[in-house]
Amino acid sequence: MKIIACIKQVPDSEAKVKVTENGQVTWGDAPLVINPFDEYAVEGALQQKEANGGTVTALCIGPESAREALKHALAMGADEAVLVSDPALNDIDSVGAARVLAAAIVKIGGADMVMFGRQTLDNGAGVTPPQTARVLGWPMLGWVGQIKVDAGSVTVERVLEEGRQTVKANLPAVLSIVQSIGEPRYPSFMGIRKASKAEIPVWSLGDLGMSAPAAAVKRIEISNPPVRETVCEIITGETPEAIADALAEKILAEKIL
Amino acid sequence: MLGAGVDAAAQAAFEYGADEVIVVDDASLADYRAEPFASTLSALASSSTPDLILFPTTARTRELSAMCAVDLNSGVLTDVSALSVDGDKVTVTRPIYEGKVLEKAVCEARPQLITLRGRAFPKPARESGRAGALTKAEAKADAKSTVEGYSATEAAVNIGDAAVIVSGGRGVSNNPALGLDEKATAQKGFELIGELASLLGGAVGASRAAVDGGYITYAHQVGQTGKVVAPDLYIACGISGAIQHLVGMRNAKLIVAINKDAEAPIFTQARYGVVGDLFVFVPALTAALRKRLGK
Repeated sequence: MKIIACIKQVPDSEAKVKVTENGQVTWGDAPLVINPFDEYAVEGALQQKEANGGTVTALCIGPESAREALKHALAMGADEAVLVSDPALNDIDSVGAARVLAAAIVKIGGADMVMFGRQTLDNGAGVTPPQTARVLGWPMLGWVGQIKVDAGSVTVERVLEEGRQTVKANLPAVLSIVQSIGEPRYPSFMGIRKASKAEIPVWSLGDLGMSAPAAAVKRIEISNPPVRETVCEIITGETPEAIADALAEKILAEKIL
Repeated sequence: MLGAGVDAAAQAAFEYGADEVIVVDDASLADYRAEPFASTLSALASSSTPDLILFPTTARTRELSAMCAVDLNSGVLTDVSALSVDGDKVTVTRPIYEGKVLEKAVCEARPQLITLRGRAFPKPARESGRAGALTKAEAKADAKSTVEGYSATEAAVNIGDAAVIVSGGRGVSNNPALGLDEKATAQKGFELIGELASLLGGAVGASRAAVDGGYITYAHQVGQTGKVVAPDLYIACGISGAIQHLVGMRNAKLIVAINKDAEAPIFTQARYGVVGDLFVFVPALTAALRKRLGK
């Protein structure tokens, strides 16, 4: 079983991300981390390796600094890691990222399963997994909480908004993984040592035999959200009933009911 | 309109203002699967060359629009909260970095694919009996998976469209006075929350803590890892207000928080707050509102 876990490096969820005066996104000195949703993808990949044998390769598009996210995946237990890094990738959109990932997956030698987190914390669109599946022409199994592989096919339980759906598809397939897969394991001491010594190949677009895909989606401006001038009025009173009465009065006065 | 047995839905689309409805009614589309839906929609878009394809933002449409963007050599902008139209150019506003930053973006290819956040616009008035041109089209078979089973979490939880959401958090499981265990206490807490939501014609929401605690199903989860909502009224009960929850609900028009801890971050987002026990205040608020609304 050959499994590829696609990951991304993002600012930590606690980071105070904002837009500077010259229109750049900044998160101060907050750390960059592996996208938290992608830790579930790595966990799912490792579980399948344990169940079926094989290898797990972590794959990432990003700057040189994104090696740290790949090292996290290696420390969790991934066998290999590949970084795709090229200055020409700065302006790609999600379809472009999917085309680059698909090319890298082919260069790795293909896979039985490619696993993603359900979305990233930065763009948050959740579209790269289905787009990568589409470029590869493989089945897309999204929001997967349980995986069972059997003789060339995979049966998954998808955790949807309105229920749980059991779906079967032939391998190879692309999966996006949700937290029902189980808590991501912590990097082990041995894993951290192994990761620190690991050679991580860096592939340029030239190595993938392609040029940067033209972006259909273009960002034209970023800004800080309007500051909400909320001053919370704490309702007080002699009894719970009096407080509830006063609160009901305030809610109705807003004329939204 | 893609699916099996969708005639009634097509009629509803006319009544909400559609001039033309293209219906693809096919047994192969009875179970939603990404590939046949995407291939059918992409084929239709290739032959009818629309400038813009709009979707609501759901888990399915993120996937569907994303795949069509690949097929049509275009791009997709998801979870759009506002858009402006200049000629045939649409500029969208969408949250990035968990809503900490707003992005304005365009899709320069055609068709432009956009998924709109629930309640990004007011719902149009329904005109009963309104008709339009109905066109039938063929499904494109492209099933790459089979649905083996399905279990509905529960009927009709749609926090994405609700005008009022009453949500419960970790606080629902904390009431020693009831003398019940954690789960039974939480069940009682959500009963009280459900009564208030029902009185206001709203939906029941929940924080991640409540869902992870097993007190209520994932379909109710508001937040970055659940659903981003924008109701007119959001009442947060026993929710402290972790960043991932605040991201999911801070676009509500009016936020009311009920929490024992006066220092809880939820109060930084709320317009009105009550420092106290939800088990005391939620029923009291339900009674007070019921009296005033004459229900």
